[in-house]
Amino acid sequence: MNGLQASAVSLTLGRRTVLYGVDLGFARGRVTALLGPNGAGKSSLLACLAGLRTPDSGTATIDGEVIAALDGRMRGRRIGLLPQSGEVHWNVDVTTLVGLGRLPHRGRFGETEADRAAVERAMAATDVAHLADRAVERLSGGERGRVLLARVLAGEPEWLLADEPLASLDPAHQIDVLERLREVARAGAGVIVVLHDLNQAARVADDVVLLRDGHVVATGEAQAVLTAPLLAETYGVTVEIGRASDGRRFIVPLGRA
Amino acid sequence: MNRLTLWLLIGCVAAAALSVVAGKVWLPLDAWSAADPRSIIIVELRLPRTVLALVVGAALGLSGAVMQGYLRNPLADPGLFGVSSGAALGAVVSLFFGYAVSAYLLPAFALVGAATTMALLALIAGRSGSLMLFTLAGLIITSIGSSATALAISLAPTPFVASEIMTWLNGALTDRSWQDVELATPMIAAGAVLAAFLGRSLDALTLGEDAARSMGVNLGRLQLLVILSTSLCVAASVAAAGVISFVGLLVAHMVRPYAGHRPSAILLPSALGGALLLTLADAGVRLLPTVSELRLGIATAMLGGPFFFAMLIRMRRKLA
Repeated sequence: MNGLQASAVSLTLGRRTVLYGVDLGFARGRVTALLGPNGAGKSSLLACLAGLRTPDSGTATIDGEVIAALDGRMRGRRIGLLPQSGEVHWNVDVTTLVGLGRLPHRGRFGETEADRAAVERAMAATDVAHLADRAVERLSGGERGRVLLARVLAGEPEWLLADEPLASLDPAHQIDVLERLREVARAGAGVIVVLHDLNQAARVADDVVLLRDGHVVATGEAQAVLTAPLLAETYGVTVEIGRASDGRRFIVPLGRA
Repeated sequence: MNRLTLWLLIGCVAAAALSVVAGKVWLPLDAWSAADPRSIIIVELRLPRTVLALVVGAALGLSGAVMQGYLRNPLADPGLFGVSSGAALGAVVSLFFGYAVSAYLLPAFALVGAATTMALLALIAGRSGSLMLFTLAGLIITSIGSSATALAISLAPTPFVASEIMTWLNGALTDRSWQDVELATPMIAAGAVLAAFLGRSLDALTLGEDAARSMGVNLGRLQLLVILSTSLCVAASVAAAGVISFVGLLVAHMVRPYAGHRPSAILLPSALGGALLLTLADAGVRLLPTVSELRLGIATAMLGGPFFFAMLIRMRRKLA
């Protein structure tokens, strides 16, 4: 039972059931993309895995331990969440913002040398070290996205869960962020990322989970899952899959199936 | 201790000294000896008033900073958004039962009033962090609170109706005694101790609720502590001095650029800044050449109102 595991996870929000008995396992050292149409339950699944929501039935576990039962700060050290909203409410400087990622590690008496070192590593890894003293409100959209990613990385979690980290980034910065996610996985952490862009998923993911209406349509290695029939079943669109000159696959939606 | 805190402390000491010396009657240092008849003015009038100004100012500054951090809203202030009105309503309602029951009845009722309004605010607007929802909720709560207070006073069998309305809806520190200091200080100290435990959670909320929870912040517990801390501070202030608005709004905003924008970093400076501001303002209203003393609550509103407008104008683009 190593890794993150969802066992028969069902979740109802209000009167709407958003996850129906989802069974999934995630491995460390790999990037898993969660894909599916709007309302498929991707963010809800991420919330269960991050411990923000307790499944109505079934369990989400980390190395066999029930995530919802973990102490909040211990959970925060192991599982880092990059929420979709990207909200920052106060105009703090970049170092302070990235330092917030150390909160689950911090004692009552402020920062330690280890905290500062982790913040520096995270800022170097996301290429924002030169922005250290910049106020958040003076960052461009791309810089802000990378700084928020640095915030999660500063906590040095075993698992990084990211909800649409590419929203509002231009192609160059999208590639940057995807490369960071790959590096995080290469360093041994597990990465689970919700994406909308099939091409980016094909680019970054080792494994892919396709969700639709709260059910898992398919799960497995990216090559095996990103196929025209499965994508048609998940999204209700016909797609054409080709190869770019560097051998990467690209996926073009043609129309509604 | 950083430089800002040190300067604010020095400022508080200087303001306190000024507050003891200044007034309709100036009391130079040689009036302090027990033989001098003026020493009774110092010990029984000026000193308690000065201490109360420091304590109430600190409470209002601190609770403003806590509210702003929790609600993620730089316009939050206990006086402007109903918490003080709730406390005033509670205090006025307690007058129906008479002072005879217990000296603690009034602050206890003020506490219930403040906690109820703060809980309402937190429940309506705390979770979403929505500026509009919070502002509208605060507006309604304030106007219900102050009209209910006016109603309660006009129903009360007291010959001093008009002056009572003035007391509760526009605070002042005139003629306060050591007894008021003794009532207010323990409650405010308790509120401040609670606030000291909130820093980390308020910092985490900078990133929104999901990120804060993912880092281990227990939002239910935080909400409860925020309600307790702010209502202890505000209830004690209102019980001792009536409603004084804008202090939290003003000082939190003024210290933020110097303390850094992290919510935990402005808690202590806001408390000290509030103490400084209120002590200076209270010495100021005594020195103004008015026939009867200008009420402190009116003075802070006259300072804070234009300031609030200036902030709104600067935030206009973001809000639109």
